[in-house]
Parts: sequence; C-alpha cells; structure tokens
Amino acid sequence: MSETFYNEIINEHNLNPYHKHSIEGANFTLEGVNPSCGDDIILNLKVDESGIIVDGAYEGDGCAISQASADIMLDLVIGRSRDEALHLADIFMRMIKEGITDEEKEELEEAGILESVSHMPARVKCAVLGWRTLTEMFE
Amino acid sequence: MTPAENDIRAEFPLINSNTVAYLDNAATTQKPQCVLDAVNSYYVNSNANPLRGLYDLSLKATQAYEDARNAVAELIGAASDEIVFTRNATESLNLIAYSYGLHNLREGDEIIVSVAEHHSNFLPWKNVAEHTGAKVVYWDCEPDGYLNPDTLTGLIGDRTKLVAVTHVSNVLGRVNDIRKIADIVHTHGALVICDGSQSVPHMKTDVHDLDADFFVFSGHKMYAPMGIGVMYGRRKLLDAMPPFLYGGEMIETVTKERVTYAEVPHKFEAGTVNAGGAVGLHAAIDFVNRYGYELIESRERELTDHAFDAMSRMPYITIIGSEKSDEHMGIIAFKVEGVHPHDVTAIFSDANIAVRAGHHCAQPLHKHLGIMSSTRVSFAFYNTMEEVDRFLEVLESIRSRMGIM
Repeated sequence: MSETFYNEIINEHNLNPYHKHSIEGANFTLEGVNPSCGDDIILNLKVDESGIIVDGAYEGDGCAISQASADIMLDLVIGRSRDEALHLADIFMRMIKEGITDEEKEELEEAGILESVSHMPARVKCAVLGWRTLTEMFE
Repeated sequence: MTPAENDIRAEFPLINSNTVAYLDNAATTQKPQCVLDAVNSYYVNSNANPLRGLYDLSLKATQAYEDARNAVAELIGAASDEIVFTRNATESLNLIAYSYGLHNLREGDEIIVSVAEHHSNFLPWKNVAEHTGAKVVYWDCEPDGYLNPDTLTGLIGDRTKLVAVTHVSNVLGRVNDIRKIADIVHTHGALVICDGSQSVPHMKTDVHDLDADFFVFSGHKMYAPMGIGVMYGRRKLLDAMPPFLYGGEMIETVTKERVTYAEVPHKFEAGTVNAGGAVGLHAAIDFVNRYGYELIESRERELTDHAFDAMSRMPYITIIGSEKSDEHMGIIAFKVEGVHPHDVTAIFSDANIAVRAGHHCAQPLHKHLGIMSSTRVSFAFYNTMEEVDRFLEVLESIRSRMGIM
C-alpha cells in the first residue's frame, strides 16, 4: 500500500484543531459549503481598525482535508493584515490549481504540505474551502 | 478462484486490464466484451436511422432496436408495447412525472414518496406538486430501513393518487415488498411507481408479480452502455398519456392544423433513438440470462455475507439499515466512527479500491437516519472474495491511518 496523503500534520490538525471553536466579537463571518460532499465551515474573523486579523476561528463539519486546511490557514493568517491574508490565499489557490515558485511556497509555511492535493482532483474542493471562504469574505 | 469465477471475470476487459477492486456497482457496472461487441457490430453492420427508411439497412436497424425491446419485455414480464426506451431511470421517472403527473394531478391530491427514494424518484414528484398544487407526503422508514406497510396504510387515503417507492434502496440495499405495497395502493385507486434500478441487475423481476403500474430501470447498472434506460407502464395508462417530448418519429400525421400521435411506445420516443444503446442492453440481458439470476444472486449473496459478517464484528463500524445481512441486496452503506466518509473513500482509493462516499443522491434518507453522509460498498457477481478481503483489510486500518488510536 502506498503512503496516503493523511500524514501526521493533517491528522493532528483534523483531530486536535487549534482554531475550531466560537469566538467573541467577530466582525467578519461567512459560511463556506461544498454541496456535493457536505463539507461545511463557518469562518469567523475579528479584524481591527488597521485591518489586522487579530483573532479567528472556524466551526463546521467535513472531511479531514477541509478541516485541517482551514485550521492551518488560521494559523497562518492570524496576526496578518487583510491584504496579506488575501495574498496568501491567492498563492494557496494557485499552488493547488497550477503550481507556484519555491519562494511562494515558503510564504505558505505549513500550508505548503497541502501541495500534493493538486494531484487529487477529487479533493481540491475540500482543500480550498477555507481559503475560498476567506477570499469571498474580504473581496 | 473457482473456474466459473475466472470465466466471468475474463468477460470484462476493464477488470482484466486493471487491478482496481471495483466495488461501486450500485453506481454503474463494468461492461463485458459481448456488450461492447454488440454495440460495435450494430454500427459496423446495421446502422441507419431506425423506424424511418424503407431500405434494407434501416429495416435492419429497426429490427435490432425492436428486438432489444422484446428482450426487455421478456426480462421483466411485460408486453413489448409497454416498454419505452429512455436514457436512464431518471429520464423514465421524469417522463412519468411530466406526462402522467402534470396532466392527472390537481390541487388537493397527494403523492406519497418513500423516504428511501433516490432523488430521481423524489424531485420529479416535488416538481409535479409545485406545478399542480398537489402535496408530497413522506413515507418514513423504520430505523433499520424497513418501509412498514402499516405506516403506508396510515398515510394513504382518497386524496392519494401516486405512491413512489423503490424496489431496492441504493443505500439500504433492502428489498421492499412491492406486491404488498401495490395491494394497499390499488385499494385506494392510486398508482405505484416503482424504481427497479437496483433490483433488475441483481434479481428476477416481473412487473405483473410486483403489480407495479410503472416500473423503471437503467441499462448501465446491469452491464449495458450508459445512455439507455427503460420505462414500463401499463398499456392503458400509456395510451391515455400525452407525449413527453415532441418531435420526429412520434407522430402518425402532422398538418398545420392537426397532429395525430404514433401508437405507444413510439409516442414517447421522439427524435432519433439510441439504437446502439438498445442493442447493447439486449446483449447485456443475454449476458445476464447466460449466467442466470440464480448464479448472480448466490455469488452476490456470498460476497455480501462475507463483507457484512466481518464488518459487523469490527468496532467503530456502523452499518446503515438492517442488522441482518440477508436484508442487504449486495449493498452495504456504513460509517467509520471519527472519520469522515470522504476520507474513508480516499483511503480506499489510495489502495486501488473503488467505493462511493456521500449521500448517494438520497439526502432525505440520510437526514431521516440522522447522518450527513456515508460510505457505500456494492457488489456485482464478477467481484471476488479476494477483493472483499482487500476491502476489509483496508477498512480495519482506516482509523489508525487517520491518527485515531
């Protein structure tokens, strides 16, 4: 049997997510759904006057990839500005859909491990759910 | 492997050229060489537009198409003029809904739909209800998937015009007693629309024994090509129904003022038909008859029992529907505690095992049973015990591979 995609990092974020809970004072909320698979997340962000994401969390239900990806995303974007978050989401989407440079991948930090999803067409929607929701929220 | 098993598998080119354990047969089956050859031979030797030309080739094409209709009629115990070719079961059900439903139902009428229906035997009726003012009434199953006729008796009444029910659920795998249901429905002067998509490929069916008023199935779930399906309807019902699609080869005469429609079944087959598909279905029926339902059923029973028994003993596995293996007709939908069905299916896929994840186009049933989605394994008689063992071995490892100890 070959190695599956379900490595320790994904499993850890899925089983023990750091950001899967409710938060107080969120001023950006959006639900993202993949109707065909039933993945469903509600993303909540708290953005201050200077446009910095000071806190964020998600709630919902879905496969390990959708849940872990959202958790990893929040690790990355909390403490950054809206524009930085959008920039990272853009890199992430391109990583999954067409490919990115090594420098860009470094910017994604841990989220770079999801690159192998680009070879799994059935799971692309799961991996991008959180990032797509973040982008829609800010655009 | 017994010699018989080798012989069966040797007939399927995809199985021979691929190491996949194909266990998603409720979605579609693989195609034997004899079916592919029959379709090919039709286009090589007999192709012309059926039912139109007077020259030899067109007569040959017509003959091949009508022979296929006769084979279908014989398979399910109907008369040939009660068999209408469609694209698939979904189109068959839509035909009944658009032609019979929209023209015969009115405000205040009720359509009873079992909660176990595939969306294709629910959404067309919802549409009829929205257009006519009729009401869809749900017939809920018991927690183990049993559609209790007593529940139906409590729901049915003078307002009931139609009852839509599947012969075998594509999630539960349970065989419903259509005859008993039809007896109740007919007492109230209503009609039974029965979905045979998951029964015809796996068991002997006879529309008169079932006493269904309409009965539909898809060719592709029983070794035929995709794009050919069947609608059976009682002749007197078909005669009274208006056409579904309008166009070529469904008329007798057309003038600017007046149209006379063709006799059934051609009234319902507007446009150039899928003769190649019908020929493929004919070959698939011959294929099924060559091995016989007895062999098909006994092999699928062995495979199902083997999987079911092992799965029942695994902690953290919940089987959807009956706790008895013999109430699963080659279909076992299940949950792995703590693991999303999509992850379950992805791990199977990684091991080159094809199973299905999701709601299987039966969201109301999943909701009724209190789950979002499930994973489904489904067998055809070309599957082997070795494939079931491969499936079981991976199933046992799933939780640990997801990091759950």
